[in-house]
Amino acid sequence: MILLELKNLSIAFGGLKAVSELNMKIKKGELYGLIGPNGAGKTTVFNLLTGVYRPTEGQILLEEENLVGKSTIEINKKGIARTFQNIRLFHHMTVLDNVKIGLGNQLKYSVLEGMLRLPRFFKVEKEMDEKAIELLTVFGLEKEKDILASNLPYGKQRKLEIARALATKPKLLLLDEPAAGMNPNETGELMKTIKFIRDEFQMTILLIEHDMKLVSGICERITVLNFGSELAHGETNTVLNNPQVIAAYLGE
Amino acid sequence: MKKVITKRNIMVALLVIAVYAALFFLVNMKVLNRHYRSLLAPVGINVILAVSLNLTVGFLGELNLGHGGFMSIGAYAGCLFTIYTDLPLAIQFPLALIIGGAVAAIFGILIGIPALRLQGDYLAIVTLAFGEIVRSVLTNMKVTGGAGGLKGIGKSTNYTIVYIVAIITILIISNLVKSRHGRGICSIRDNIIASESLGVNVIFHKLLAFVVAAFFAGMAGVLYGQNLGILKPDAFDFNKSIEILVMVVLGGMGNLTGSVIAAVVITLLPEILRGFSDYRMLAYAIVLITMMIWNANPRFAMVKNNVYSWLHRKRGNAR
Ligand SMILES: Nc1ncnc2c1ncn2[C@@H]1O[C@H](COP(=O)(O)OP(=O)(O)OP(=O)(O)O)[C@@H](O)[C@H]1O
Ligand SMILES: [Mg+2]
Repeated sequence: MILLELKNLSIAFGGLKAVSELNMKIKKGELYGLIGPNGAGKTTVFNLLTGVYRPTEGQILLEEENLVGKSTIEINKKGIARTFQNIRLFHHMTVLDNVKIGLGNQLKYSVLEGMLRLPRFFKVEKEMDEKAIELLTVFGLEKEKDILASNLPYGKQRKLEIARALATKPKLLLLDEPAAGMNPNETGELMKTIKFIRDEFQMTILLIEHDMKLVSGICERITVLNFGSELAHGETNTVLNNPQVIAAYLGE
Repeated sequence: MKKVITKRNIMVALLVIAVYAALFFLVNMKVLNRHYRSLLAPVGINVILAVSLNLTVGFLGELNLGHGGFMSIGAYAGCLFTIYTDLPLAIQFPLALIIGGAVAAIFGILIGIPALRLQGDYLAIVTLAFGEIVRSVLTNMKVTGGAGGLKGIGKSTNYTIVYIVAIITILIISNLVKSRHGRGICSIRDNIIASESLGVNVIFHKLLAFVVAAFFAGMAGVLYGQNLGILKPDAFDFNKSIEILVMVVLGGMGNLTGSVIAAVVITLLPEILRGFSDYRMLAYAIVLITMMIWNANPRFAMVKNNVYSWLHRKRGNAR
């Protein structure tokens, strides 16, 4: 079953066609890769998917519902969550609170219940704490739950961003260069975690990555972008051996 | 309900009672002379103002230079209500507080709406203009008594009432910032793009911060009028807004305890150091500039970060 389908997706910034006529189909539960040289338009695709930019043309169908024109907030509620290439944590908030922000649309109480600390406040906050700690445990962050997000080492900040996105209970998780800045050990560990998330949460994951070991290690299918257009798509190993793809990377 | 009766809450309750007992002693044993007794209510009023402004400036991260405007709207609304109605004081006074707060809150929405589109300096200018417009409207209206001021307000408050309202304000705002809505507000300050990507309703949370802050500023205004017995538009000029801002900045953005302490110190300091009041605005400017340098300088930022995380860890362990 297809979870996400992009039809003819295009966006131009002034004269620059950052993404042009992109088509993509991602199945439920799939681990899909989006690769390409610097400036190919990968992050722009994520920004289109999450409503940060509005496409000049084309459709974004999540379970056959067109998301074009919806706001970032609505799109998250529809089931897309993401991480950012340049980490965007809530730096002055604790690790736990970062995750609890992600839980905000599932576990609720009213402003008054919060201000006056009515019984529901305690009940829901307790549930939130449990859920958040459960997620943090997946990433081995539960011991750091009370420190400020900005005080986490870099690799853990990336993990926290994933945990936070997962807290919104997405159908589709977008990861923008999750392994950037990690050493080979950390990357290996991250690969396991990503696979674990897919299996454990039956998650569909679309990830952007430059680390080819990670891509070939966990992505089942990939799309290669070059200058905003698709160069190739298909099974990971087939595509990576495609001479055109190799040329695009070498010609970088 | 076990969580309400924690060690920490008992300590806080004891502190609240102890401070009040100390004030009661100082006032009734005539330890304080008349002049100092007359300062108690203004101290409490400034605490309310600083704590509420911290919600928009410290927690939401939007520079608001019009808090005096919200205060004056509440003051006039609440005090006009007491002048034009004839109810038993026990009903009239709390109603006046709520009306003052509510009318100010409505203006909080009006100012919050541009805040949804504007950020940083632009919003600062809008709030500054708002404060000045309110002041000139109040100066030119008949019902408010114009520049001469609104007279004949019954003096129906005292330091006890102000103390109670201040405690309620601190309690409600600190509860708010530690609730899911407070987290939403802080997340917008830290990274609005990430907030949106996680489904945080940015419009609602921004308006909430502005409305709650304005509500308490309005209540503070009513207390101010009821304490003085007269309202003059000039009392709520730009300088007043800056004074409150200095309390927030000095006490620490997003630090409610700091706001309380700074409000007490800044209200009392000019009275203790005679002659200081002439240089007040100069001192405020120096404080603001120093704090800005302190906040912007990476070396200071690191020190601050360490202090914060140390505090957080201590609090985390205590929990
Ligand atoms: N808001 C914008 N306005 C104008 N140009 C933009 C904007 N966003 C992206 N671009 C341009 O679109 C192109 C694609 O950028 P994008 O960030 O999507 O690349 P990328 O594939 O993610 O690259 P990298 O691997 O370096 O992250 C670049 O030329 C970039 O300058
Ligand atoms: Mg990118």
